[in-house]
Amino acid sequence: MNWSDDAQAVWLTLKLAFVVTVLLLALGTPLAWWLAHTRSRWKAPLSALVALPLVLPPTVLGFYLLMLMGPHGVVGRATQALGIGLLPFSFAGLVVASMLYSLPFVVQPIQTAFEAIGARPLEAAATLRAGPWERFAHVALPLARRGVVTAAVLGFAHTVGEFGVVLMIGGNIPGATRVISTQLYNHVEAIEYPEAHRLAAILLVFSFAVLLGVYRLRPQGALVASPADGAPRA
Amino acid sequence: MIAATLRLPRGAFTLDVALDLPARGTSALFGPSGCGKTTLLRCLAGLERAPGGRVVVDGEVWQDDAAGVFVPVHRRAVGVVFQEASLFEHLDVRGNVEFGWKRLAPARRRVSIEQAVEWTGIGALMQRSPAGLSGGERQRVAIARALAVSPRLLLMDEPLAALDAARKAEILPAIERLAGLSDLTVVYVSHAIAEVARLADHVVLMEAGRAVAAGAVGELLSRLDLPLPPGEDAGVVLQGEVGALDAPWHMARLDVPGASFWTRDPALPVGHLIRLRVLARDVSLSLAEQPGSSIANQIPAVVEAIADDTHPSQVLVRVRTHGGQSVLLARVTRRSAQALALAPGLAVWAMVKSVALLD
Repeated sequence: MNWSDDAQAVWLTLKLAFVVTVLLLALGTPLAWWLAHTRSRWKAPLSALVALPLVLPPTVLGFYLLMLMGPHGVVGRATQALGIGLLPFSFAGLVVASMLYSLPFVVQPIQTAFEAIGARPLEAAATLRAGPWERFAHVALPLARRGVVTAAVLGFAHTVGEFGVVLMIGGNIPGATRVISTQLYNHVEAIEYPEAHRLAAILLVFSFAVLLGVYRLRPQGALVASPADGAPRA
Repeated sequence: MIAATLRLPRGAFTLDVALDLPARGTSALFGPSGCGKTTLLRCLAGLERAPGGRVVVDGEVWQDDAAGVFVPVHRRAVGVVFQEASLFEHLDVRGNVEFGWKRLAPARRRVSIEQAVEWTGIGALMQRSPAGLSGGERQRVAIARALAVSPRLLLMDEPLAALDAARKAEILPAIERLAGLSDLTVVYVSHAIAEVARLADHVVLMEAGRAVAAGAVGELLSRLDLPLPPGEDAGVVLQGEVGALDAPWHMARLDVPGASFWTRDPALPVGHLIRLRVLARDVSLSLAEQPGSSIANQIPAVVEAIADDTHPSQVLVRVRTHGGQSVLLARVTRRSAQALALAPGLAVWAMVKSVALLD
């Protein structure tokens, strides 16, 4: 193994994290909006489901996904029927798995930010001729922007750092599913400690820088589910 | 003309009103806190929906559940000023004022940004962020923002309640000016009699979710059979004009139907429309004119009704001036009332110690 393998792993990791973050923001924002405003009895079960990756061992999630997306799983049969083929051990499969794994890190800060806005600015917007979509796009989103930025940063960083799910669903295929964390694992297995050190240091510095940025953005409060998330300054 | 029939159960009470408000001028929904005024206002705006309700503004049906009609808030020609200004913190003052205006079809813009800004006097604030504004400034921006959507109906929910006296004085003229605009009905929610006396043309008195009385401000505030704020605030509102000036003495005569009051010169031209508040505690009664008195305003009147006041030693007496067009309330002691043998139909002189010019 050499430096170009490592570089490939770094590049793949960044690509994965970017794709996952963009997709999660697109899907997680409406979900967060719904969770913040619904009075449906499905709110609690859905919230629990979204938060599950926070407590579930990644291998459990990975295992179930492997079963679902495998040749005999429901999703696997569907993807085969659609001509997409099987998702496990592919970049697409890694994206799907990472999205589920990082979901709470994106949904919760945005949801908290939406909740902190309260009903009044949206009511005021409604009396100013703004329809539902305009209230969301021109009032709620800008007021929740700090929550959205926090969500994007956390979602990205969390995806960069995942290992268990990747190993279960993606394996260790160079250029397709071999990310920094699995490459690091390979180095350690092969007793290539200098190379392992290099990758570990990259992840450490990156993670610290991300968290530093998040806390700078929002000086107090916990990272996830803090009421201060994205709240407009009074 | 605004007609509304609304019924909505709330925790402590059930809102249950049938409203008929005049199309012009300012109507006040007046009553104690928690009597349903705000809920009623929210139903008119469409922010809440009273099932089975009906709201018609100027012949335009905003809600008629019997016919399955409910126009959503953003399609109603309504403007709302909330108790807290509720400005958009992510926009500057200009962005706030233009927020609704730019969503109107150009053909429906009857009020320009410049007009809204001028009426509320916020020209100097346009580039500022809401976070840096005082409470009074924020509320003026909120009023400008609501005006800029050219509403047919402007709903104001105690817009002054959170402000101190100086800030109120800064905003009241802006709200008064609204009453002069054509095609605009203002519905003003308040529990402060002074604001109602100053701003309202028409008053709806609310209690525990119901409209217990409604009428012109002068009429309603002089009624003795209503649970109006008694005590120090009892009094009437009269509307008239500046009738004459006595320049050497810096005095002006204010004429209302059936009565005139000399007061210190308010620096207004003859013919200027004015509104007066005469408190019951400033009016005493006499059986004859008192030429030897320093009280210049002595008005012949006839006793119409007598009612208990808050303190057992006092009564409120309603008198009607000659010609019958104006009424005054007088607070006298029960002992005096008996000594003078006050009774309906008795001719008296109302001795008015002072009047307050409201605008």
